[in-house]
Amino acid sequence: MSIRERLSGNEAIAFAMKQINPDVVAAFPITPSTEIPQYFSQYVADGQVDTEFVPVESEHSAISACVGSQAAGARTMTATSSCGLALMHEILYIAASNRLPITIAAINRALSGPININADHSDTMGSRDSGWIQIYSENNQEAYDNFIQALKIVEHKDVQLPAMVCQDGFITSHAVENIELIEDAKVKEFVGEYNPECYLLNEKQPMSVGPYDTPSYYLEHKRQQAEGMKNAKIVALEVAKEFEKISGRKYGLFEAYKLEDAEAAIVIINSTAGTAKDAVDKMRNEGKKVGLLKIRLFRPFPAEEIAEALKHVKVLAAMDKTESFSSQGGPLGAEIKAALYHEEKSPKIVNYIYGLGGRDVKVEDISSVYEDLYEILATGVTGETYRYLSVRNQEGK
Amino acid sequence: MTNKINIDETISWQQITPGGNVCASGNSEDFHTGDWRTIKPVFIADKCNQCLLCAPVCPDMAIPVKDGKRGDFIYEYCKGCGICAKVCPVKAIEMKADN
Repeated sequence: MSIRERLSGNEAIAFAMKQINPDVVAAFPITPSTEIPQYFSQYVADGQVDTEFVPVESEHSAISACVGSQAAGARTMTATSSCGLALMHEILYIAASNRLPITIAAINRALSGPININADHSDTMGSRDSGWIQIYSENNQEAYDNFIQALKIVEHKDVQLPAMVCQDGFITSHAVENIELIEDAKVKEFVGEYNPECYLLNEKQPMSVGPYDTPSYYLEHKRQQAEGMKNAKIVALEVAKEFEKISGRKYGLFEAYKLEDAEAAIVIINSTAGTAKDAVDKMRNEGKKVGLLKIRLFRPFPAEEIAEALKHVKVLAAMDKTESFSSQGGPLGAEIKAALYHEEKSPKIVNYIYGLGGRDVKVEDISSVYEDLYEILATGVTGETYRYLSVRNQEGK
Repeated sequence: MTNKINIDETISWQQITPGGNVCASGNSEDFHTGDWRTIKPVFIADKCNQCLLCAPVCPDMAIPVKDGKRGDFIYEYCKGCGICAKVCPVKAIEMKADN
């Protein structure tokens, strides 16, 4: 029987870590992810896990320690947020290119400045091209489920890449909600033992990690790394199927909500998807054919499948909880437009920047997006495609 | 990746080792460092008194020693650093431009 509990998103991740019982956790505190290593270090102190807990002096050191220990052959994880992830940036690329399947619990928070501790996606979107798999979670349940699944994806022999499992800071990391946990034994059996083919502590097979790569070889290594990322999409679906068997919960590359017959839709990431579902329900009751697509896998980006799910929609809003300062929208907007470019009848697409620095997004805000989409549908005029949602505007401007 | 594989400039992305990992020992022998040298040492056997000061200072393995005697340079391993020429007390090694 699964265990019914009430946990915050951070508690849920720490609990998943306890069940997984990794070899090494190296972490440095940063709001709002601090609680994860805090709760976990309690498990270590209480002898509930066998993990070597390394309290390091910075996030750069945290991820560097993770690289060393994973290369040594140890199952390794950490947690971070915002500027902490930014400080890891250099080493994120090392972890990915050395094909080290480390797992990060990334609790999304705005990057400074102006300094801000609340949720937006600028931190993980800033590392979207680092070669890490990115899985996003709407609530504590998904964060827990995704974290356990991530381990099986990253360690798969066809993938061998690290992953960050993302959720919104405070909104889900600190909000306590009902959750269904899986029994310890089932989790342990699901994730299994970590048995890398090559590892530094294998005395029977000496090994060197991270040699200098001349121009004659670097390109081939990157192409090979890209293949691992491509494979991650297939493996994520296989793992989701296995996970359904032990949990009863279904996961795909993304979630389509009332999308099948939708004429207006939004694409959205993390907790605001919950708010948006309420807006969809409300508008469906008014007879409006609206739907949404919630991103789960952002890296790799399942472009073909997303295009297939969205191609019948007439008008679409991509919702970015981050800026890219391209002056034409955010990263999700760019991916969605690229994904639909080859469709003969691509929807009209607008891109909203919303909820930066933890700005509250209400059902009415999302409803106003659908109203805007219906305006485009009625007039046939797309207008400005790069929009800010609910930003205070000087009157008359 | 338990077997030693040879990596040269013909290797495909499918065959190359992940991250450039070297999953074997004793393979520096296969790594030819001598392809980017601009000057090279020339061994003048007549002047050499076989003191063997040159062989241990070579950072690679360009000076073969057999039965207590050094032979001619193995240029595949020679970066042209010139340490051997510097250390030779009898000027039996001359550095020359390598075209």
